[in-house]
Amino acid sequence: MKFRNYLETMTGIGIYPLISLLIFFIFFVGCLIYVFKADNNKMEEMKNIPLDE
Amino acid sequence: MELEKFSYDNRISRAFAFATIFWAVVGMLVGVIAAFQLAFPALNLDIAETTFGRIRPLHTNAVIFAFVGNGIFTAVYYSFPRVLKTRMYSDKLGWVHFWGWQFIIVLAAVTLLMGFTVSKEYAELEWPLDILITIVWVIFGINMFGTVLIRRERHLYVGVWFFLASWVTVAMLHIVNSLAIPVSFTKSYSAFAGVQDALVQWWYGHNAVAFFLTTPYLGLMYYFVPKAANRPIYSYRLSIVHFWSLIFLYIWAGPHHLLYTALPEWAQSLGTVFSIMLILPSWGGMLNGLFTLRGAWDKVRTEPVLKFFVVALTCYGMATLEGPLLSLKNVSSYSHYTDWIVAHVHVGALGWNGFLTFGMMYWLIPKIYRTELYSKKLASTHFWIGTLGMILYAIPMYWSGFKQSLMWKSFTPEGQLTYTFMDSVQSVIPFYILRAIGGTIYLAGVILMIYNLYKTTKIGSFEAEVEMQAPPLEKTYKAPAKAHWHSWIERRPTQLLVASFIVVAIGGAVEIIPTMLVKSNIPTIASVKPYTPLELQGRDIYIREGCYTCHSQMIRPFRDEVARYGEYSKAGEFVYDRPHQWGSKRTGPDLAREGGKNPNSWHFNHMLDPRSTSPGSIMPAYPWLFENDLNNKTLPDKIRVMQKFGVPYEKDYGKAKAQEDLDKQAQTITDDLKANKINISSKKEIIAVIAYLQRLGKDIKAEK
Ligand code: HEC
Repeated sequence: MKFRNYLETMTGIGIYPLISLLIFFIFFVGCLIYVFKADNNKMEEMKNIPLDE
Repeated sequence: MELEKFSYDNRISRAFAFATIFWAVVGMLVGVIAAFQLAFPALNLDIAETTFGRIRPLHTNAVIFAFVGNGIFTAVYYSFPRVLKTRMYSDKLGWVHFWGWQFIIVLAAVTLLMGFTVSKEYAELEWPLDILITIVWVIFGINMFGTVLIRRERHLYVGVWFFLASWVTVAMLHIVNSLAIPVSFTKSYSAFAGVQDALVQWWYGHNAVAFFLTTPYLGLMYYFVPKAANRPIYSYRLSIVHFWSLIFLYIWAGPHHLLYTALPEWAQSLGTVFSIMLILPSWGGMLNGLFTLRGAWDKVRTEPVLKFFVVALTCYGMATLEGPLLSLKNVSSYSHYTDWIVAHVHVGALGWNGFLTFGMMYWLIPKIYRTELYSKKLASTHFWIGTLGMILYAIPMYWSGFKQSLMWKSFTPEGQLTYTFMDSVQSVIPFYILRAIGGTIYLAGVILMIYNLYKTTKIGSFEAEVEMQAPPLEKTYKAPAKAHWHSWIERRPTQLLVASFIVVAIGGAVEIIPTMLVKSNIPTIASVKPYTPLELQGRDIYIREGCYTCHSQMIRPFRDEVARYGEYSKAGEFVYDRPHQWGSKRTGPDLAREGGKNPNSWHFNHMLDPRSTSPGSIMPAYPWLFENDLNNKTLPDKIRVMQKFGVPYEKDYGKAKAQEDLDKQAQTITDDLKANKINISSKKEIIAVIAYLQRLGKDIKAEK
């Protein structure tokens, strides 16, 4: 079970959370952009999937 | 285009629905028993299998994995065929899944009561069961994913995404957190130690709440709320944002369970930041559900199903607002280890999971029995009883939580602690009684539901197969020219699965990597030594009896905790703890510095009858520890496994030397007891427990 220490010598671990926050932020903004540009009809169609059995 | 004929199978959804209800009663009943035990310790019955320490894991496992688990499966097996326009991929796999899961639950109940546990909260089951769970989970996944692949509806409804993402994440969490090396068929040691183990455990524990109790139930909500209200979800756009930001953020928030502990500071802050951000998607989801009912409020007044859904969503909103608040360091300093947390999780469990499930049942059972609900009035009564039970549960627990933390932190003007720990125990017992009554009332509501649903099945006739027809999915689909990346993903389940896995894996990695690096994070303390064989055995009994359900072993760096328990805990103290025993609740005092506080004879009397040394204590008695001989058969294997983990026992220590050392140490304790007029054989389990308790926190004291 020595694998745990492989990364021991890696420096700058503090950058990890920062990078991840950034990834999230970009991802989130992308998601918002899509959602606001999405086609109304298609949204309606998807919305109704559970209702037309 | 030609229509294809096919049918939906209602039998499997019905089986899961009945199992959900059955385990609801079992899980809640065990919870009620545990609640009464905390008020009246005599109810522990002085029998190993019925003490709180073993009952409590049974309660949590039964409610989470048996009740909510079967609830998730009910929703999947009912909604998947309908939103994907196909029969489930395989009937056979469905039944293997069904019986496999119930079989695991029964084995879990039996083994937990027998004391086979790894003591990691919500993942207590030993390794053979962990493997069984993995197998059944994979079968479930194949069936679910197979259904997606043979669908006739091009787009995947948002409910489906929630289920798929939950499936992948739970698989990942379960496997990582269960990593261990077996000592025997019924005992293993965690692959992680101390701080690492705690971090992995709470990464798991938090995300079990997220991806077992929350996201699949959101999948359920996104299907059944629109169905019951007979109108589409308020905003499909919102549901997309809800989905991605929720799964992205949740996976990071785990460290908020470990604030002020020996966990590295930056990991704690990360946990807090992501927890706060979680409020937004959570509330977005709640509002999306509630707004679906806008313009239908008159229906809410008359339809019990919708009433349950409204309260469930409200409780979801409350719990997801409170959760992030609890992850603020200064709030956590008060709330952690108290009944406040118990109140918090029960708003989620009783309100969100419970009421959503009840609503689903009241809608589903009449539907598949082609009839109306037997009595709307009884269902409304259930709604009110359930709400009352919930209030009677939550308010006393909040109250006692506040009371505990205020009493623990209070100092006299002279700078002394105002209250002993026992003072705080005494003052919350009335609240424990009220809480137990609240739980009983809530359970009574469930019984009412069972009667109502039973009657419904009697007046209706079960529709085993639902005939359907739909056009097949065109093989060569041409996306409209202006199609977006997300509509691309909505049509591609494999990519959706992979994308959501990447999203949670990034979060997972960022939390797990520090655990790999933890050696550099922990200042090594030279005086910390491995446990002696007797202490190790005692520790395993401590784990078996579930002492961690009431006792923490983690002193936070606060004035009151240092005054009450001693020097605060350091990360380096736990390097030999597999698994860690930090605990999450202080029904009893912290034990991290118990060693040397009380004489052996005190522990002897206290463990035999806690009320003889501590009048008014609610700790169970452990008479069997005084009768059972310590089982040393697996000791050589235990030592061997520990050596594999790098614990510096001398070469071949397990072969004979360990047993010799054990006997010697046991004799010393027995002699000391004898000097205090207590006669007992040195072979009994209690001797090992005393050895372990006397060791706790000693290393650091030795350093001074
Ligand atoms: C139902 C909750 C509960 C469980 C389970 C429990 N305890 Fe306790 N324990 C308490 C309470 C409450 C006290 C404080 C009153 C007292 O001294 O009995 C306490 C006190 C103690 C103390 C004295 C601490 C001190 O310094 O005052 C020790 C030692 C202890 N428990 C050990 C154990 C062990 C070992 C187990 C498992 C075999 C265990 N407890 C299980 C509730 C519990």
